[in-house]
Amino acid sequence: MNGKIVAFCCENSAYPAADLAGKLGLHYSENLRIIRVPCAGRVDVIHILKALENGAAGVLVLGCEEGACRHITGNTRAKERVEYSSMLLREINLDGRVVAMFNLSPNAPHKFVKAVNDIGNITAEPGR
Amino acid sequence: MATPFREILKRKDFVVTAEVGPVKGSSVSKAIEHIELLKGKVDGLNVTDNQSSVMRYPSLGVCLLIKEHGGEPIFQMTCRDRNRLALQADLLFAYSRGVSNVLCLTGDSIDVGDHKEAKQVFDLDSVQLIHLVHTLNSGKDMAGNELDGAVDFCVGTTGTPSADPLEPQLIKLEKKVRAGVNFIQTQAVYEMDELKRFTEFVRSLDENVRVLAGVVPVIGAKMAAYMNENVPGVFIPQRIIDELGQAPKGTGVAKGIEIAARMIRQIREEKVCDGVHIMFIGREEKVPEILEAAGLA
Amino acid sequence: MIIAERKPIEEIRLMMAPYKKILVAGCGTCVTVCWVGGEKEVGILASELRLARGAEGRELVTLEATVDRQCEKEMLAELRDKISDVEAVVSLACGAGVQTMAELFEDKPVFPAVNTTFIGMPEGEGLWVEMCGACGDCFLDRTGGICPVVRCAKGLLNGPCGGTRRGGKCEIDAEKDCAWVLIYRRLERQGRLDLMREYRAPKNYRAVKRPGRVQAAKA
Repeated sequence: MNGKIVAFCCENSAYPAADLAGKLGLHYSENLRIIRVPCAGRVDVIHILKALENGAAGVLVLGCEEGACRHITGNTRAKERVEYSSMLLREINLDGRVVAMFNLSPNAPHKFVKAVNDIGNITAEPGR
Repeated sequence: MATPFREILKRKDFVVTAEVGPVKGSSVSKAIEHIELLKGKVDGLNVTDNQSSVMRYPSLGVCLLIKEHGGEPIFQMTCRDRNRLALQADLLFAYSRGVSNVLCLTGDSIDVGDHKEAKQVFDLDSVQLIHLVHTLNSGKDMAGNELDGAVDFCVGTTGTPSADPLEPQLIKLEKKVRAGVNFIQTQAVYEMDELKRFTEFVRSLDENVRVLAGVVPVIGAKMAAYMNENVPGVFIPQRIIDELGQAPKGTGVAKGIEIAARMIRQIREEKVCDGVHIMFIGREEKVPEILEAAGLA
Repeated sequence: MIIAERKPIEEIRLMMAPYKKILVAGCGTCVTVCWVGGEKEVGILASELRLARGAEGRELVTLEATVDRQCEKEMLAELRDKISDVEAVVSLACGAGVQTMAELFEDKPVFPAVNTTFIGMPEGEGLWVEMCGACGDCFLDRTGGICPVVRCAKGLLNGPCGGTRRGGKCEIDAEKDCAWVLIYRRLERQGRLDLMREYRAPKNYRAVKRPGRVQAAKA
């Protein structure tokens, strides 16, 4: 996973959005590893930390828009865990911005692309 | 030599006491200044005990100075810093040196002071301390041993007329009065009806207890707000804060004295209680002005 | 149950600085319940330490293990092999667990990763409040089931003190209730205010002579 962005994609939102982005030929970094999850809420702090330990440059957690989670609170929990992970990183003097959460709907491929590119820019910053 | 406070409590119509706050250090010159200034003008002089949990020269030390200079000391003793052995030992020492008036207090918490990591003792509370003094007065220590050398203390304590909720405080106050006190010096009070209610309650339990209203001059609206927020047991009403706020710049101290004197006059004229206890820590030299303005000089 | 708080990561990191291979040990009882030292937290702490060490350009090998109760030597015995394989142990158990571990494996340095704070209960999600001071002389029967030894900031037996804030909050912390106001309300509700009116003599602070030692009788 060296230098890659790991994107945990909720199968109800981000995964179909990523798929659509591909079909539409929208350009985003190839340096991406997509992991499909049944809900963003499936992702826990330890998964985020281990992804970074295994060499990921950044971790994205992508879930449904607020209020639209099929499992009601999955995306809210994911957001809390992403924020918590960010804080843990800052506590050990690492950049907390390399972990981020995005909300999107299944028919928003541009949002998917933006999320990937945004975090790609952060991880590509010189002198990090 | 000054008249013993116990006698004054029995005989005098309107009793007046004030406070001397020790400094942080071994220097006693300021304390002596204040003692000389006030000893002839009041019936008793309290000395605070590491007030607000700030470490200072001990209360007992300044009490001895008051004795030396011909004044009548009231030894304030809190339960915050000493266990039952130390409390008893200090009382024996105090009495042996002619300090025979003690004010029994719980004590502020360590957190409001300047040694915030210290261990809080509170081996006893104020009610238990009052009982303790009576035990010593009866010739025994807390463990039941006979004392070699008697003591006979005049006992006082505090109360909070403006407490809210009031009921729990009254339950404790009743325990204090039933334990036996000669006098009560209240926390700062600004509302006459609260003071009246407090005094009536005390008298309903024991009409021999003299109640002295705590008078703390406030010298500015900011100070008032600060005290309301940070000083335990003090509640300054909005109308006083407003009056202070309207005073012209630079007249804060004079205004504070004016308000305090006005209160003292009212207490005396309406016989609301038996006297006043004036606390103007850091500004002891202004106390004679208050007494003058209140017609007590 | 026993409540603890995780020590700041920097403190733990410094404790581990001399070591290359450590065991991160959790406990399945109290510290699991208060979200501080269970299996999940062991995993996260181990990962944090590895990430931090990696950022220094050095390596850290961590073994992870969580037993049911670290204060039981029989339960710790199963860690014997892992312990022999590491240089040091960082334990997320309460002080009792850390010390039992240290006693059983006397040759290995054992470090505390949490600060044990009090005996308490959850007042809200993740919000723990102190309830019992283990004073060894319980008189909850006389205070309507509210302990003034630890819930009164001054531990008064004849409270409240004169410093109670308006509305019945504690002198020391405006967020905390004055325990004696709580006791008053509880006893009033039950029509037992006479209990509060009774004078309480000074407490026996030597009811438990520390360090405590109790031999239970066999049933």
